[in-house]
Amino acid sequence: MISMNTLLVIALAPLVGSIIAGFFGKQVGRAGAHWVTILGVAVSCALSVQVLYQLVVQHADPFNQNIYTFFQVGGYSAHVGFMVDNLSAMMMVVVTFVSLLVHVYTIGYMADDPAYQRFFSYISLFTFSMLMLVMSNNFLQLFFGWEAVGLVSYLLIGFWYKRPTAIFANLKAFLVNRVGDFGFLLGIAGVLAWIGTLDYATAFTHASNAELTGTFSLWSGQISLFGHTWQVMSSAVEVQIISFICICLFIGAMGKSAQVPLHVWLPDSMEGPTPISALIHAATMVTAGIFMVARMSPLFEQSEAALAFVLFIGATTALFTGLIGIVQNDIKRVVAYSTLSQLGYMTVALGVSAYSAAVFHLMTHAFFKALLFLAAGSVIMGMHHQQDMRKMGGLRKYMPITYITSLIGTLALVGTPFFSGYYSKDTIIVAAGEAAKTGGWVQTYGYWAVLLGVFVTAFYSFRLLYLTFHGKERFRDVAAHQAPHGHDAHHDAHGQDEHRSDGHDDHGHQGPVEPHESPKVVTLPLILLAIPSLLIGFFTVGPMLFGDFFRGAIEVLPANDTVTAAAKTLWHDHDGPVMAALRFGAHAIESPVFWLAFGGFALATFLYLFRPDLATRMRASRVGAFFTRILENKYGFDDLWIKGFAGGGIKLGRIAWKRGDAGLIDGVLVNGSAVLVDRVAGVLRQVQTGRLYNYAFAMILGLIVLLAVLVKTVGA
Amino acid sequence: MITLGHFLALGAVLFCISVAGIFINRKNVIVLLMCIELMLLAVNINFVAFSRFLGDVSGQIFVFFILTVAAAEAAIGLAILVTLFRNTRTINVAELDSLKG
Amino acid sequence: MSYELAAFWAFATVTVVAALGVILARNPVHAVLSLVLAFFSTACLWLLLQAEFLGVVLVLVYIGAVMVLFLFVVMMLDINTTPLREGFVGYLPLTGAVVVVMAAEMVILIGSKRFEVTLPASDPAAALGKSNIQWIGETLFSKYILPFEIAAVILTVALIVAVMLTLRRRPGTKHQDASRQVAVKRDDRVRLVKVASEPRQEDKP
Repeated sequence: MISMNTLLVIALAPLVGSIIAGFFGKQVGRAGAHWVTILGVAVSCALSVQVLYQLVVQHADPFNQNIYTFFQVGGYSAHVGFMVDNLSAMMMVVVTFVSLLVHVYTIGYMADDPAYQRFFSYISLFTFSMLMLVMSNNFLQLFFGWEAVGLVSYLLIGFWYKRPTAIFANLKAFLVNRVGDFGFLLGIAGVLAWIGTLDYATAFTHASNAELTGTFSLWSGQISLFGHTWQVMSSAVEVQIISFICICLFIGAMGKSAQVPLHVWLPDSMEGPTPISALIHAATMVTAGIFMVARMSPLFEQSEAALAFVLFIGATTALFTGLIGIVQNDIKRVVAYSTLSQLGYMTVALGVSAYSAAVFHLMTHAFFKALLFLAAGSVIMGMHHQQDMRKMGGLRKYMPITYITSLIGTLALVGTPFFSGYYSKDTIIVAAGEAAKTGGWVQTYGYWAVLLGVFVTAFYSFRLLYLTFHGKERFRDVAAHQAPHGHDAHHDAHGQDEHRSDGHDDHGHQGPVEPHESPKVVTLPLILLAIPSLLIGFFTVGPMLFGDFFRGAIEVLPANDTVTAAAKTLWHDHDGPVMAALRFGAHAIESPVFWLAFGGFALATFLYLFRPDLATRMRASRVGAFFTRILENKYGFDDLWIKGFAGGGIKLGRIAWKRGDAGLIDGVLVNGSAVLVDRVAGVLRQVQTGRLYNYAFAMILGLIVLLAVLVKTVGA
Repeated sequence: MITLGHFLALGAVLFCISVAGIFINRKNVIVLLMCIELMLLAVNINFVAFSRFLGDVSGQIFVFFILTVAAAEAAIGLAILVTLFRNTRTINVAELDSLKG
Repeated sequence: MSYELAAFWAFATVTVVAALGVILARNPVHAVLSLVLAFFSTACLWLLLQAEFLGVVLVLVYIGAVMVLFLFVVMMLDINTTPLREGFVGYLPLTGAVVVVMAAEMVILIGSKRFEVTLPASDPAAALGKSNIQWIGETLFSKYILPFEIAAVILTVALIVAVMLTLRRRPGTKHQDASRQVAVKRDDRVRLVKVASEPRQEDKP
């Protein structure tokens, strides 16, 4: 039996750590801050593993209880409650494990930062928020967790708040998230309005109600203004209720999980320190949207239109953001666009009703992407805050551990057989293929997008590897130029403990930087993440994807079940899961996915390992420059949002200010009425001459009028 | 034969003359006060005529009171005039415009 | 034309001419004297109407007191008469028009009927067997006693007001201020001073 106290400790331990590190940071000191937060998250991690064990091995019942009633308004009561089944337990383990490793990594990475305790407080607070989101049993608590992770993301992206780029990025993240949250709130309101409850269990059982498949009138087709009504459309705009709800909920996921067009904040979020890029923008927060849709599978399964929408957005994100990653020079940005692309993959999986595949990919991706980010952070540290890959090269001699773990992560990312990424990605692609067989143009588009995306992924991943770790040591060429400045050059000197462990003497900024391997607190998490990137796919693919791990947590209509259809091709487990996994891996040779990945690898090797000059020439060529410019502009999405929407909003505000407020209200209404009164009074005061005879004259005139009236009425 | 109309017409004429006097006199406050007395006189004539022709004594009693009040008002008006003259050294009506808006 | 009508016309003409004289006179003393004439002829008119009491009262009170008062004031104020008549003619047309209109309206209102109401044969007082003054007195002191008293109060108030407005205190004159006398305090009059005692200056031995 899962006990409520265990779950409460899981959720609250990081919060306690966060509060102590946050409010009593000075009193406990730097070491105290990191110990108390690591302790909190470690306790959560251990207990999450125990809960997972209870659920999977001991077949305990899922936990679904309300802990505390927050308020009651009318017929609706708001609770704090936990629902813990296989899906949530898996997420809990992933979140706490990655968070724990990031905490340890941060001891090394942020060793010099003056706001050390604040950082630990924030990442612990984030862990708490994410756990509340994942463990929630009702929409309202989900939304609380949703907003809380958005808030902590804002705080962490803008951690170095004195930097204008960081502040721009954190505001951008928060505002774009807000746009998504608007849709999300509409969806939640729709659930409350049409289903009548915000409780998951009740809502899911009512999801297949006949009335939800009916339609409601979104707009009556008329416009009424000032008492007149104009019929704009011949009939009202009818929308299917469940589709409307699901699409609105997905819009929230679009914001949080950075799908096109609300993806623009993720690359900018690299302004934050690398540990949070790993924690939040790779492994946990951005996956909240994926988790949410998977959690809401009973609702989404009822709406074909919503699934098609999800698929289309996901496919677009998967392919096109990957393309942008090809031309990036900042090592973190490449990994960021890679994250966007992989999130697109997960969304495609959701769109073809392969929820388990999406969540499985979420898990494997969490490990290898966090690994890649932390490795990138290690490279940055080793290069003394240099982030431009054009100024790196040949680092594998100096940073062996980082190199090997990066290689493992990259292989997992591109889908090398037997690595964990292969199992999850391949399942998604095959499932998309199954959907395309029976579906319409959206499904076909989705299949081709994820297929081509494999090539692109392999290409940019190996480009990153080669530019950073292989080839000419270009950082030595920098000697002639100015001292390297990195994007997180917030501190000039490195931490003392790193140097002590390496035995290096201090460097100056005038000569070429001498890269060195990072300290153990940094490399240990890398190793600990490389292990699951390598192995976890192999061992868990059977039960999670093709077994009944998610039964009860995820609901798929038999007609849509692409994972089961994919299993026919991929999973032959007549002699046990291990053999089946081996067979699955071996199947790669016969699938186009593997050859596309190999093709990307080959092209990247040719261009960046053997002929780097060719790469530069291609980029500079007319055609190359044209495409590069489009990709560097990110297809104009940033311009659309920043100059278009925000700029338009600012212009509108300026008009409202200058013409409306200053001109109309201040000028005409306030000052104007005063001037009017002044003018009228100026005219009227002419009557007041102060002279007796003028007043008497006026009186007599009145008298004459009166007399005239009398003459008229009385008569002669 | 004298008729009521004669007296009434006389009263009207006197009243109009005094009104004209208020307008055309712009230099002398005393003449202003005298025009007011003329107005009262016109009214008195009307009252006495009505009292005689209708046989009601109230008209003449009213004239009695009007005389009283007119006397009081003339006294006070002249006192004000004197004070005004002491302060401003002029009785030019056109110069009394401190209530000008 | 009967005797009364001729008398009426004579007196009426004098009244109107005197009234015009009031407003058109250059010299303020002339104006006052014109007003006196107007009042006098009006008194005569009232005598025509057998309202003797009022006619006499007009002469005694109005001319005798009020007009004399006017004369006092006119003569007391040292007025520079020459600038008084400037700019006179400019206002005449407009005023004349207004006044003519007003007079016409009033006459229309009086109407033609009133010109047919003739004097009753006898004076109403005489019909009752009383004199005019008895007729007035009987009603005045019975029915209108309250207005009578109020009129007295008005006169008293006017008296006080006139004094109050124009009273001037000349410097150098001594007078008592009763309110200040009563408001005196002990400390204003008596001051105790401690003086050290000195030995008496006797004849020195």
